[in-house]
Amino acid sequence: MAPTRPAPGRATAGKPATRAPRTPERPVIAVKGLWTEFDGHVVHRGLDMEVDAGEILALVGGSGSGKTTLLRQMVGLERPSRGSVEVFGFNLRQAPTAIRAKIRKRWGVLFQEGALYSALPVYDNLALPLRELRAFDEDFIRDLVLLKLDMVDIERRHADRMPSELSGGMVKRVALARALVLEPELLFLDEPTAGLDPDRSESFVTLLASLRERLELTVVMVTHDLDTLVSLADRVAVLFMGELITMGTVPEVVRVDHPFIHNFFGGERGQRALSVLGPVALAGN
Amino acid sequence: MADSAPTRIHDPEIDADTGADGTRTVRVSGAWDIRALESRARTLASELARFAARDAWDLTGIERLDHVGALLLWRAWERKRPERLRLEPAQELFFENLAHAEGGELAVPRWSLLDPLAALGRRVIGVWGHLLRIIRLAGQVALDGAWVVANPSRGPWRELSATIRRAGAQALPVTALVGFLIGIVLSYLSAEQLRTFGAGIYVINIVGIGIIRELGPVLAAILVAGRSGSAITAQLGVMRVTEELDALRVMGIPAGIRLILPKVVGLAIAVPLLVVWTDAIALIGAMLAARLELDISFTLFMQTLPVAVPTSNLWLGLVKGAVFGALIALTACHFGLRIRPNTESLGAGTTQSVVAAITIVLIVDSMFAIAFSHIGLELRG
Repeated sequence: MAPTRPAPGRATAGKPATRAPRTPERPVIAVKGLWTEFDGHVVHRGLDMEVDAGEILALVGGSGSGKTTLLRQMVGLERPSRGSVEVFGFNLRQAPTAIRAKIRKRWGVLFQEGALYSALPVYDNLALPLRELRAFDEDFIRDLVLLKLDMVDIERRHADRMPSELSGGMVKRVALARALVLEPELLFLDEPTAGLDPDRSESFVTLLASLRERLELTVVMVTHDLDTLVSLADRVAVLFMGELITMGTVPEVVRVDHPFIHNFFGGERGQRALSVLGPVALAGN
Repeated sequence: MADSAPTRIHDPEIDADTGADGTRTVRVSGAWDIRALESRARTLASELARFAARDAWDLTGIERLDHVGALLLWRAWERKRPERLRLEPAQELFFENLAHAEGGELAVPRWSLLDPLAALGRRVIGVWGHLLRIIRLAGQVALDGAWVVANPSRGPWRELSATIRRAGAQALPVTALVGFLIGIVLSYLSAEQLRTFGAGIYVINIVGIGIIRELGPVLAAILVAGRSGSAITAQLGVMRVTEELDALRVMGIPAGIRLILPKVVGLAIAVPLLVVWTDAIALIGAMLAARLELDISFTLFMQTLPVAVPTSNLWLGLVKGAVFGALIALTACHFGLRIRPNTESLGAGTTQSVVAAITIVLIVDSMFAIAFSHIGLELRG
């Protein structure tokens, strides 16, 4: 089902597939009958969807179709008007504070603009959540921070830079390292490759693919970038006018007869991205 | 954490036994991930410290592993793989990552005894630099002003009126309140002293000169520095950080004329107006207190005031107001243009701007006091 993945950055000796599975908590995220309205403007009209453990789900849709809002509702930053969002089996809005705090430590979020703490250097951006746990000594934290920076290919000499001194690609990578610093099982990515040049965007995709394979992450990502979508996503959920048109693997989604999907995958750009998948039946178009 | 979800995951454990050949085998089992280790990292680290890389290690009993657990073991092994190590293939990658991250040093800041001296020097040079830049900015504003005089149709009139409204009209309530209270206080205090000498009537001289010449302008300026100075710094700072200033420049819209000139001119107009207003309200407060404390009627106060206080004091106060207003705006713009793109710099820059503006106002005020000591102070009454 998964499309061909780019080879991981580093030589892998381990076979990720043989790893003992974590506690099965299927689905990791369950969205039930979700309605969202802002000042009379309806964003979601009764969404139902599930995200399974270990998969990479891509949310696509036109601008204003409520992708980012949905992502923000999944992490509890916004409240749905009706319906519920359950993560790890808990409705965040109703769960007791202690449970919510635990759940928040099990996920990592990569915001669209990185959302690095601008007053802190790179190193402290990563160390902050670890220090907040009050569980580790400073030199242990140091080792963990350097490890995560190494995993996203940020050199040590850049650790004392301020976020404003980083290039766009580095901001994304540092933000990813920060999202990974608490060893999350679930990762939310909002436009992970937006604003990166094709080269950087490709290496970011490679990085994500290798991390995902190695760490057994469940990933929910919002993206506009077809290349990212095709090379990373196991399943795609297509939002249009507040409704879920379809959800499935890329070849499945492409076959759905809908104007938005024709538009999204149909253009020359779309065809080029899809050509990676081989002769997918595009006969419907 | 004993997870709330029903699981078969066990707590992290360490077992050791010594085999017949004398080698010690360390068996590690249970959950070795951040959530299990969060509460026990320190205990486990000291337990692990009893063993070393030369022992045989068996990690096959580990049910969950992540980088935190792997790092605990890695540190116990003195940052290298033990020679005798049994582990699941899937656990391999954590140690690979750790091995890959080894080496290289962080840049460590060096300290020296001369640092305080160097810091002091930097501060002095910094203050000097600020001063030079403010003067340069003033020059730029003067040139921009001359350009607007030559091209009046393209002047930033809308921005100017917005500044006067925001910094002037909207400051009326707060300046009135502060002026009124200061008027009462000043009048009461002097009344007490003057009554001892039977010179109660001179309260009008003291209060009149004090408020019109000194307190009115300074109070208005300090309030404007706090209200509008900080706002201007924050506004320009955010515009700089979000590259709005660059956007203006590339569109051919001169930021100096659109943003800085109207602020400087606007404050130079608004502050004198505020001075008149503050003077008036403060005098009403003083009049009230004089009547209550010394029985000086409103009529007597009003009749004596023009005689006791030469008009030159009023003009001096207005000129001071205009100068203070322009200086506050210049200082605020200067600090706003130097905000760096991080939240701390914005906060620090705004604070610096207000402190510098108030300091500059007081320094310039004392210069005025010395330079104009012979004007408007001749004794009358």
